[in-house]
Amino acid sequence: MEKFDSILSPEKTMSEISNDTPALTRNRRIFPRGKIRHEPIISWSFVLPALFMYALFVLVPLVLSVFYSFFRWNGVGPMTWVGLKNYFTIVQFPNLFGSIFNAFKLIIFFSFIPVGLGLVVASVINRMATGRLGSIARTVIFLPQVIPLVAAGIIWGWLLALPGLVNELLRLIGLGSITRAWLGDFNWALPSVGVIGVWVLLGFCTVLLVTGMTKVDPALYESARIDGANWFTEFFNITIPLLKHEIGVCLTVTVINALSAFDIVWVSTAGGPGNATSVPGIQIYILGFSQRSVGLASALAVMLMILVLIVILPIQRLTRETSK
Amino acid sequence: MKKDFLKILGVIVLLMMVFAACAPKPTAAPTQAPTEVATEAPVASTTEAPAEAAVPNCGTEPVVLNAYFETGFDIPFKLAEEFTKQYPNVTWDIKQDQFANLITTTPLLLSGENAPDLLRLPTMVTFAKDGLLMNLDNYAEVFGWNDWPVPQLNQNRVAADGTRGSGSLYAMGLNYSLTGVFYNKELAAQIGMTEPPKTLAEFDALLAAAKEAGLQPIMMWGSAKSGMGLAFPLQQLMAAYGPVGPINDWIFNKPGATIDTPSNLLAAQHLERWIKAGYFPADINAIEYTDAAARFGAGEGVFTFNGDWQNAGYDATLPGKVGFFLMPPLEAGGAPAAMSAPLTFGIAAKAKHADCAAFFLNWVATNDEARKINVNIGGSNPGGPLGAVMPAAAEGSVTNETLAAGPVVGAAGNSMDFIANATSAIFAQGWTPELQKMVAGQQDAAGLLKAVQAEYLRELGQ
Repeated sequence: MEKFDSILSPEKTMSEISNDTPALTRNRRIFPRGKIRHEPIISWSFVLPALFMYALFVLVPLVLSVFYSFFRWNGVGPMTWVGLKNYFTIVQFPNLFGSIFNAFKLIIFFSFIPVGLGLVVASVINRMATGRLGSIARTVIFLPQVIPLVAAGIIWGWLLALPGLVNELLRLIGLGSITRAWLGDFNWALPSVGVIGVWVLLGFCTVLLVTGMTKVDPALYESARIDGANWFTEFFNITIPLLKHEIGVCLTVTVINALSAFDIVWVSTAGGPGNATSVPGIQIYILGFSQRSVGLASALAVMLMILVLIVILPIQRLTRETSK
Repeated sequence: MKKDFLKILGVIVLLMMVFAACAPKPTAAPTQAPTEVATEAPVASTTEAPAEAAVPNCGTEPVVLNAYFETGFDIPFKLAEEFTKQYPNVTWDIKQDQFANLITTTPLLLSGENAPDLLRLPTMVTFAKDGLLMNLDNYAEVFGWNDWPVPQLNQNRVAADGTRGSGSLYAMGLNYSLTGVFYNKELAAQIGMTEPPKTLAEFDALLAAAKEAGLQPIMMWGSAKSGMGLAFPLQQLMAAYGPVGPINDWIFNKPGATIDTPSNLLAAQHLERWIKAGYFPADINAIEYTDAAARFGAGEGVFTFNGDWQNAGYDATLPGKVGFFLMPPLEAGGAPAAMSAPLTFGIAAKAKHADCAAFFLNWVATNDEARKINVNIGGSNPGGPLGAVMPAAAEGSVTNETLAAGPVVGAAGNSMDFIANATSAIFAQGWTPELQKMVAGQQDAAGLLKAVQAEYLRELGQ
């Protein structure tokens, strides 16, 4: 858990580092002179490989994307400076701008449902299935994280097709009138993709929350039970307040997953029908690699990044406050 | 703390500068202008050819042709095998990838150090404009390709302004596909079809009869994952209602070309009537290409719009039971039209064995054995010079019907490229979503053409 903490709240770790710094310098002074010079070299040699990779695969592409977003460029030929035109184009064309709204709708399925359902499942596992049953349940729920998403996408495609298993089951229980090609229906395609997202992300949230719950002092539950608390009272008065930090982590990761979704959508619908499931990730791919408008794709990517930051930063702030 | 921060920042900036320096410089591209390549091609051919003015060939020294083919299509692999049998000094280093991946990797392949001698081209205008593809004009001259029937080559020509259809030759077709209407002979007999319809009205009557008989009139695919198949009947209807010239102009990006014409509107309205009449599967928006082919093979669907590349598949699932006819014209006696596109292969501007690759391209269209392979495995017309002998396909194969239909379209001069190929993303961003909306009743014929034209202009403006 601490690992996530340090990854997800960089400001906190920075402040911790700054608090530690005086102690470090004090220690340094104890060492003989020769060692003072070597220490920065040694510490840098530990940091540099990671920094090198970070710069190579995160910072350079980031800066280049921002740079490309001001140009008209097909990836090979000459680059033409167009200023902010790419950004205006995105706002003008509903195909492109509309994809951002779909990403927000996906937050419900990729984030709220897995976290909410994950809390319930984790709590049930924690209370009722502590032994072997618990570990089996956790494994089964976590399994979708391990299955390659492309294979999962194909299987979900078959399940949700008009002659698929989902419709067969519906017919079996007398709901034949609502059967449809779920991934090809304008109203139901996005929720269907969302269901696949719930299936994938529920395991992640559940495992994270179960781990968090094991940290909670069992005495709290015990005393609550002695006072006659039922599962609901325990859940709302002990579990949720004490897991706020873990919930924050789940929300952060899943919201980023929703806003930058690509793989689940690509393997299930590729953005169709119409633009019903078109999300920024899909549009960036098509713009960049099919249409070869690298500038336009970069502009949409930059907008997506800013959007993710705008949504994620408040969640981070909230989590930090509650964890204090 | 502040100093440390500055140090870290310094290192990051330094690293970024190093990588920026290492990264391929996009601004370097303009130096490879098309004109330069045009002069490059003859140099390559004269330096590699054994003697001046001799026909380029593969020589007698061992040659390894570096090739990039499309996964899932056997023809180039079989042709390469046969070529090595006839010219043992030539061996192949073949890499392959899916078509969708070729779209993304081709620019990198062409601009890379080990540029392929021969590669399947998903698109070509930008590559030709950027000087990444070899100009084949010299080879066309030497091999006499310019004397071959015009429609074969004009789709592979790119003019200096980036329009297709005329100008320098940048690719050759391994074969030339043909589209039209395939039908299940047994089901067609059930609805009383004794011979292919001669007019659009007759075809309409057959579709209505199929619907009435409780059969699926047309099997088609429409999922965004494989692209919307209704672009096939739509374009066939466009060519029934109007001339093919303006459609080709639009596909070739001629200035001022538009898809939003009165005759195309009539075609789109006709398609809309078919959709509303329930002639296509209800779940078409979720059906992928392979699913549609499988369902047609399983007897679901009297008709299906497709191309002759699917012949081998139909022969396997419904042997002897699949027939083919060209989309009937509006009036009796009118000339039928069809989409016909080359299976495009090009040579990288930086290819090491360009002469040998060009020799191979010429051999494919002119060698008897190669033409046989082309017909029997590809199912398509191998093209080649006027009067070249057409090899016979297996008895009962639908290939015999598609091969017979080819010259009919050729004689009428009514062949078109695909409206899905007008720009590299018009299929994914224009036709597919807008036709899917039409299926769901969220788009009408006029709106469809307007939306696609707007997308077309946006892409050309980029």
